[in-house]
Amino acid sequence: MEHIVIIGNGIAGVTAARHIRKNSDKRITIVSAETDYFFSRTALMYVYMGHMKFEHTQPYENWFWKKNRIELKNGYVNTVDHQNKKLVLADGNTIGYDKLILATGSKPNKFGWPGQDLLGVQGLYSKQDLDQLEANAPDNKVCKRAVIVGGGLIGIEMAEMLRSRKIPVTFLVRETSFWNGVLPAGESAMINEHILEHHIDLKLATNLVEILADETGRAKAVTTDKGETIECSVVGLTAGVSPNIDFLKDSGIELGRGIKVNRHLETNITDIYAIGDCAEQYEGIGQRRPIEAVWYTGRMMGETVAQTICGNKIEYKPGHWFNSAKFLDLEYQTYGWVFSERGMKENEQHFHWRDDKEKICVTVAFDKKTKQFLGINTFGIRMRHEIFDRWLTEKRDVNHVMEYLKDANFDPEFYSQYENKIVSKFNSEFGTSISLKKKSWKRIFSNA
Amino acid sequence: MKVIQNIGIAIFLIGLGVFTTLPFIGDFKLDQSSFDELIDSQGIKSEIFVSDLKSKLVNKNFSGFQPLAPLVEESIDKANTEHTKNKEWGKKVYAGSDDLATTIRKKSGYGYVPQNKGLMWFLTFGLGIIGALMFILPQVVTLGKKGIKNDHIYHQSSTNKGWIAWLVFIFLVSFYLVLYFKSEYAVNWTYLVDPISESLSGNPAGHWFVYGFMYCVVMTVMAVRMYIKYRHNMYQMVRTTSVLFFQIVFAFLIPEIMVRLQLSYSKGYDFKNAFPLDYDFFFNWNLKELIAGGGLGLFILVWGIVLTVVIVPVMVYFFGKRWYCSWVCGCGGLAETLGDPYRQHSSKSLFSWKVERWLIHGVLLFALVMTGFTLYGFFAETGTVLGIKVQSIMNTYSFLIGAIFAGVIGTGFYPIFGNRVWCRFGCPLAAYLGFVQRFKSRFRITTNGGQCISCGNCSTYCEQGIDVRAYAQKGENIVRSSCVGCGVCSAVCPRGVLKLENGPEEGRINPTEVLLGNDVDLMELVNKR
Ligand SMILES: Cc1cc2nc3c(=O)[nH]c(=O)nc-3n(C[C@H](O)[C@H](O)[C@H](O)COP(=O)(O)OP(=O)(O)OC[C@H]3O[C@@H](n4cnc5c(N)ncnc54)[C@H](O)[C@@H]3O)c2cc1C
Ligand code: SF4
Repeated sequence: MEHIVIIGNGIAGVTAARHIRKNSDKRITIVSAETDYFFSRTALMYVYMGHMKFEHTQPYENWFWKKNRIELKNGYVNTVDHQNKKLVLADGNTIGYDKLILATGSKPNKFGWPGQDLLGVQGLYSKQDLDQLEANAPDNKVCKRAVIVGGGLIGIEMAEMLRSRKIPVTFLVRETSFWNGVLPAGESAMINEHILEHHIDLKLATNLVEILADETGRAKAVTTDKGETIECSVVGLTAGVSPNIDFLKDSGIELGRGIKVNRHLETNITDIYAIGDCAEQYEGIGQRRPIEAVWYTGRMMGETVAQTICGNKIEYKPGHWFNSAKFLDLEYQTYGWVFSERGMKENEQHFHWRDDKEKICVTVAFDKKTKQFLGINTFGIRMRHEIFDRWLTEKRDVNHVMEYLKDANFDPEFYSQYENKIVSKFNSEFGTSISLKKKSWKRIFSNA
Repeated sequence: MKVIQNIGIAIFLIGLGVFTTLPFIGDFKLDQSSFDELIDSQGIKSEIFVSDLKSKLVNKNFSGFQPLAPLVEESIDKANTEHTKNKEWGKKVYAGSDDLATTIRKKSGYGYVPQNKGLMWFLTFGLGIIGALMFILPQVVTLGKKGIKNDHIYHQSSTNKGWIAWLVFIFLVSFYLVLYFKSEYAVNWTYLVDPISESLSGNPAGHWFVYGFMYCVVMTVMAVRMYIKYRHNMYQMVRTTSVLFFQIVFAFLIPEIMVRLQLSYSKGYDFKNAFPLDYDFFFNWNLKELIAGGGLGLFILVWGIVLTVVIVPVMVYFFGKRWYCSWVCGCGGLAETLGDPYRQHSSKSLFSWKVERWLIHGVLLFALVMTGFTLYGFFAETGTVLGIKVQSIMNTYSFLIGAIFAGVIGTGFYPIFGNRVWCRFGCPLAAYLGFVQRFKSRFRITTNGGQCISCGNCSTYCEQGIDVRAYAQKGENIVRSSCVGCGVCSAVCPRGVLKLENGPEEGRINPTEVLLGNDVDLMELVNKR
């Protein structure tokens, strides 16, 4: 029986395993070093905040794996020996494979800051990081202040976590406005306000220079490029992640920033595939980046590679881009492409609406000339994935999107609706006279 | 704020302490005339019983925790043995010793508590309410910006099955045991609400009135907590208001007012309580009373049947089971208010789901078979069907399901097994609604394409123990018979994945393997297979 070995029990590896099992009878082994069972990395914050226990982050009960004949091996792979088709584990054991899937995920970036390896300095990626944070910052007596370096999604999550225990937080963000490399200015500005509302000491356009140690080798303060010294007990390094591939350096597998793969998710070595955070496309697909370190793409690559392994060779061909996040209390969803002013394409034009009372806003991107709808960012209003996916496929124009905006609303029942305000601003801005259509189940589920 | 909250807790605990002490204290002395009245009102014809009990009770002092029921029991036994021997069936005493003991106490209490009803009300209910509100209201500020506020639920003893939770558990279980089985100890509590009961129905309060009143008070106070906690979520606000309204008006006020008006049908009736949750609706005695109850009685009889046979399923078809379970029902009402802090304790394991299906359908079957027996007995005018005493089936059900399951376990176990133990594992009406919801309804929880990140918030906070994530992470809608539509999964989801909605039946159940966002051809290939 063909033996499929997967390194990494994250969303990518586990999705691949599940789908291979569904489509075949092959022997499947997952080797992973972090935890015995798959858990949801995206939920780590909720464990620290006391919303959930760690066991709740595990999407499958422990019997699931045996029942589905997916063998789990807790161990760290030191070497991939593709000539002999075997893995050598840190404990000296070896595992032979017929096909190998690398799904090793990411690790937090460290940019060589002085003091980055001191006690009390940590990233937030793994279960071990969570445990460490629990030890480093159990409450605001042990941790008098935390400094978080890097204004991305993980950074703001870490800030929220620490604030839940009333720990004062200073948030160093390199950009002049939060996440403005990704978000348009209006949205980024709204989040700046929201961060401050949560009593987080946001320092924009500020870089870390050095982390200072006390006599026991623990972090005691940081200095910034603004000449400030900020005393603290914990430093969170959240300046992005990069593929976790160090152990593959001399394996003969082609590496760039990540593991180089073609559209079939194959590496340069036969029978070795790479998926999830660790995979790097030779060229970004469409407007996507070559490395996509998000949950959904890991899952999609897992779904795809399983087909190939089970004899139905197909390309990784993701559909329309979508993503979501939550900034403290603000939910964010995006469908299609809305670029920030920095990344904006020549032909891209934005319509931005923000409510005058609530922290709710929407940005719609469309083509200047053709008016084709390109994408939407929404804050504080949930929207239907299916509808936007359809509109993008059908290449609808922005007027159509405005006219049928109610179909896309996904907020819980009885919520205030903002479509009227949105469309009337659109009308006055662009001199159109679009009148909103009532929500129609028929349209919503027309090709469901 | 913290200070106000702490003072609130202290005041609440004083109120609770006084309340808890009441069953242990008080003085009781029955005089001759009350005794005669009592015997009269109970229609007791046994001289043996009367003289025996009289020698034990009349003009004697009893205090606090000294039980009366065993004394009464003794007298009943003595009298009944004698009457059975002499074949004097008409003289046998059929009244229960616990009920009699309770009535005796109520008639014979004297001293501080019955003489200071208002003050004692304040020292128990009053302090409880004030204290609880002092704890709850500051949350407007302490919870910060509006949004989901589940911080530290798993760090706190009260909500993480710590010692506080176990104390609450012991308190609730004991409270229900007293209420159902040792009601003579609840007599001091009845004095507190006598004035309220008298102003409503004209009668002094019994222990079920205490329960009903307390139910409303607890729900109201905890509804305030819901309003604050979910102030960003209109669905929760509206739903909480609805469930509170139905409890106070339908379950509490209307039945009392019906009694006051001395209508042809002289008992109170809860118009929203549908069979088979209202399991004694078709009991012999109830049918007789309804039929004897003139126009109103007949109306109730017809209404009760139409409610179960037509209104309930039609509403479930359009709105899902939620319209009843989390918008109207009293059991659901308590679960959604008092029980909200414990919702995360419902087990999500597959094993629990299996247990759930066996139990709840078992209870439904039990209720239906029992009703079949009682109806047959009613029409055939017999007390025995298929050689089984109908009365004994009814007693078993009332004891096991009505009292132990719905009351003691259903509510007592909130802090340990979550707030919907009864609704999930026991309620026969829920089982019935569930069938309709699963097989013929427009209701579903829609999963928003591929947006789920498998975080587990939805599953954790599902009070019905549904592993919501198992569906959401596959992009599948959630169509489950047990879902009561509380809307909390949707509220806690950090990615906006879940929406409760009523839409076309077609495509409601949508098994998927490959989620939206991936290659359309692959989706087509895998999902259509
Ligand atoms: C705090 C946090 C929040 C996030 N929130 C979101 C979000 O909201 N939305 C979103 O889209 N994405 C989010 N992400 C990103 C998302 O979690 C990742 O993209 C995703 O988990 C990557 O999955 P993966 O399977 O590729 O790798 P991983 O989940 O990283 O799994 C790889 C596993 O392989 C193991 N491994 C690596 N090397 C070896 C070896 N040599 N031997 C043995 N085992 C090895 C690792 O220990 C790890 O357990 C978040 C990430 C973090 C850290
Ligand atoms: S809460 Fe939302 S994102 Fe999390 S598992 Fe449930 S549906 Fe998915």
